[in-house]
Order: sequence, then C-alpha cells, then structure tokens
Amino acid sequence: MTSTTELQKIANQVRRDIIRMVHAVNSGHPGGSLGCTDFMTALYFEVMDHDPSNFSMEGKGEDVFYLSNGHISPLWYSILARNGYFDISELKTFRKLNSRLQGHPATEEGLPGIRIASGSLGQGMSAALGHALAKKLDSDNKIVYSLHGDGELQEGQIWEAALFGASRKIDNIIATVDYNGQQIDGPVQKVNDLGDLKAKWEAFGWITLEMNGHAFDDILKTMEKAKSMTGQGKPVIILMHTDMGHGVDYMQGTHEWHGKAPDDELAQKALEQLPETLGDY
Amino acid sequence: MNTYKVRDHKDTRSGYGAALLEIAKDNDQIVGLCADLTGSLKMGDFAKAYPERFFQSGISEANMMGVAAGMATAGKIPFPSTFANFGSGRVYDQIRQSIAYSNKNVKICVSHAGLTLGEDGATHQMLEDLGMMKMLPNMTVINPCDYTQTMQATKAAAEHYGPVYLRFGRPKMPVFIPEDMPFKIGEAIKLTQGNDVTIIATGHLVWPAIQAEQRLKEKGISAEVINIHTIKPLDTKAIVESVKKTHCVVTAEEHMLNGGLGESVAHTLAKNYPAPMEMIGVDDTFGESGKPDELMEKYGLTDKNIVEAALKVFHRK
Repeated sequence: MTSTTELQKIANQVRRDIIRMVHAVNSGHPGGSLGCTDFMTALYFEVMDHDPSNFSMEGKGEDVFYLSNGHISPLWYSILARNGYFDISELKTFRKLNSRLQGHPATEEGLPGIRIASGSLGQGMSAALGHALAKKLDSDNKIVYSLHGDGELQEGQIWEAALFGASRKIDNIIATVDYNGQQIDGPVQKVNDLGDLKAKWEAFGWITLEMNGHAFDDILKTMEKAKSMTGQGKPVIILMHTDMGHGVDYMQGTHEWHGKAPDDELAQKALEQLPETLGDY
Repeated sequence: MNTYKVRDHKDTRSGYGAALLEIAKDNDQIVGLCADLTGSLKMGDFAKAYPERFFQSGISEANMMGVAAGMATAGKIPFPSTFANFGSGRVYDQIRQSIAYSNKNVKICVSHAGLTLGEDGATHQMLEDLGMMKMLPNMTVINPCDYTQTMQATKAAAEHYGPVYLRFGRPKMPVFIPEDMPFKIGEAIKLTQGNDVTIIATGHLVWPAIQAEQRLKEKGISAEVINIHTIKPLDTKAIVESVKKTHCVVTAEEHMLNGGLGESVAHTLAKNYPAPMEMIGVDDTFGESGKPDELMEKYGLTDKNIVEAALKVFHRK
C-alpha cells in the first residue's frame, strides 16, 4: 500500500509536470489538471488493479480507466508516465508535432494507457459503460473507472448514458465527477446550473457518493467504499469536490486558468510552490 | 455475364438481419445494439437467439455509439443499428471521435436510407450519409445493392478490422446478385461488359443500371455496368480501367450529388483520366412524402434517367 505521504510526493511532482508541460508549449489546460491530480494519483498508484508494464487495449482481467474530460490530458500523461506506462522523457513532446501526446488524448499514435480519444465532451461515460458490459459478458469481475468534468454534465449524452447504465444495471463502473463548479465561461452555476446534482444522479438510479478530492485519506476511503458497492445492481458515481487549479495559489478556485498556460514569470511562481520530489522529466 | 435474373423481391435490411444471425453463431464476439428499431432493422431473430448479446439501447443513439466503442475496446465486434438519419448525422461527432478517430472495430448498420424510405418524408430520408461517412479517416463505407449483396457485405464487415458504415434500404427490391458472386470490400464488381459507356452504380440504383444497359443495347450502345458497393475505399483502378475503354461515364446513386459516389468518381477521373461524365442523384434538395417509385421518378433516379444520361454523355465524347 502506498502511504498518503508517498501519494502526496507523487502528486507534487505530477503538478510540476503539468505546469512545465503547458508552459513549454504555451497552451493546454492546467486548471482541471491540477484539480484532479490528487484523485488520479490515488487511482493509478493505489486504487486500480492494472499492469503499466503490459498495456493492452482490451484490459482483460484488469481495472480500466476512461478519461471523458480529455482536456486534462497533461495530468493523465504525467500520471501514466510516472506510473510506468511510458518513459517520462516523452512528456517533453506534449502538444508538439509528431508526438504521441496529443493536445487531447488519442489512440492513433498508440500511446500506452489510452483506450479511446476524448476531448469532445460527454462521450466517455458511454464508452466506459460499453467496456463494463463487455467485461460482464466475459465474466471479468474487474472495474471500469471514468472521470468527467462537472461542466461536461451539460452534454445530453451524459444523461443518455446515465439512464442506460441504471436501466441495464451496469454495476461494475465507478464514475467520478470533478465537481469544481467552474467552466470556461465562468461558474457552472451561472453558465448553466446543474442544480442538485446528487439528487439528479440518485433519481437516475446511481449510487451517489461524495468526497473531498484533495484529501488522500478521504479519496482512498471513498474509493474503497465505492468498490464495496459495486455488484449491487446499480452503477456508482462519486461527486468529487475539488478546486480548479489546486496547488498553485493564483490558479486556485477560478476558471481563469481552465485553458491558459502561465508565462515564464508565473510558471516560475507556480513551480516555487511545487517542490521537485521525484525528479523533473 | 450480362444476364441477371430477378429471383425474388426482398429488402436489403432483411439481408442484414439474416446475415447477423448467421455470423453470430460462429463468432461469439459479435454483439448487436439497437435504438428502439429492432423490427425495422430485422434484428429480432438475432435478439431472440442471442439475448445476452443483444443490447436494447432505447432512443439514445449517441450513447449507443459510445457504448459500441467501449465494447469494441474490450474486444467485442458491436453492430449498433438504427435508421440512417439517426446513425449518421445525429451522431456524427460520436462516430468521428469515439469510433473513427479511435479506430474502433464497430459496424454501424443503418436502414431506411434514401428516398425509397417513402411516405415518412424528408426528416427520415437520409441522403447525405455516404458523404459524411466517406470523409472520416479510418471509416469503410459500404452501400450494398440487394438482399444477397447485403448478406455478403455484413459478413465481410464482421471479418474486416476497423470501423464500417453499412447502409440498407426499407422497401422490397429485386434480388439479382448471384449467390456465388465473389464479394470483397473495396473491390468493384463488373456486372456487364461494354465498350461505349461506363455506368457506375451503387445501392438501389444498380438494378436500374442493369435495366438501362438492356435498353441501351437495343439502341446499339454497349454499356459496362460497374457496381461500387464500397464507397470507401473506392476501387479507383476498376473505374479508371473501364473509362479508359469507354471514354465516358454515368454514375447513379440514391444520395445527394454533393458528397456522393459521383463526386468520388469525378475526383478519381479528374486526377487520372478526365472524361465526359453525367451524374444521377439528388440535386441539392430534401425529399418528401410519397411512394418509393413515385419519389424515384420525381427526383430522376430511374433506369430511364440513366439511359438519357448515357446517351447524353455518349454524344459528348
């Protein structure tokens, strides 16, 4: 078991990677990436049962993960590299010509760890449910995980998937929502209010949990609980409370850094807040 | 060659249903999905025989395409099925990102394409799908011409790795493709041998093209009828070879001229062997309610129109 101190160390380095990656190409999405760093660190380094050294598209006998909010790709790439899916040196190719690390995740270049393209929002839950159904057909009792933005929940396809998952009793999926309350044009509540999100998911027939996305003990405890609730005839979703931009003071809690890279000075300021714990790529 | 008999009248969608049932027997990775149109897509027998591999998706096509993509990721061969308008334009972005760009082994099966849908009218008469689908990298696009060819195409699609768009029609149409005629994705079929004009036809326009060939023969013109069942990848070699011999060409399809097979053929010939060309198809207009035959006549998609076009293009040589 990875200790929370160890997870914190990894998350620190991942946050450094994110800042360095988006700064290097002056583009990308740091806000959501930083906000989901603690969750993704816990998921890949502790929660999921998977084999980074032997990636297979089908993921038979393994837990698999679908990233639906594909714009937080720098986070996913850093996690995958730090977890051993590919060499960390490849992180420097992010968003550059001929790279496997596309602006939004893609399968075309064969980057280990990526199972489907995402970026156009709202599609990942359907794919995750499809994979979960296939696992059931194959009598594979592993779990399908997915991550979604809260703004993304404004897409209609999410609610088609929500209906389908419950009506089909797909109970081997644990979806998580990055509930940071921010989207490109401002607070989600102002742009297109999601209302009582917990009540909505419960009304759709999903087991709905909540957790603090910046407290490793709560993340681990809640994920354990979620796992224990699989196999009960209902899909599981976790509303994860986060701050967009968590870990960098001037990015925290605002939508301003959703899709903007820091300049030299601000990147330096961010990196000063994020000590190098595992060695930069 | 040159003589085709109408053995029966059947809808191409029934060829899909029959083939799906057959291939599912030998391949347990095949799964069927349908968005509340099981009867229309002729999936009832499959659903009954393999209930654990049939997934009723309800009226939510976007989700169905995504679920199919996820199943394919896990190694299944999903056949998500619905009407052509719901299986192309309505879910273009889902197909583009989750299936085509992600190169998933998904077979998108659509029926009730084109004007021959009939009375339901323009909302459901999808005439742009081949164009949308052929523009997607990784996508194979197949538009079979009769019941027999639809069975062959369905089986071939299951064997082929990668995304495929398969298009069927609603009404009963002549069944004339011999059961022993070889079918290979991407390979055109030369249905008649001729020297004066090439007629390139797809889908429901192939039988009228054969009839046109007969009528042209009576006028002393020998037409070479080529059936393009695979819109993409296009068999450019067969097209160029034929036109090099006949020096003129007519294309015929139940689809919008913009973005259709004719446009692909024109593209090919412009690059390789420019020749006088006429195109039969729907010309930048929506359809309307009516009987299939009435609609095909009103919108100029009959054997008579093919004959006229052939004479016109023949005299332009």
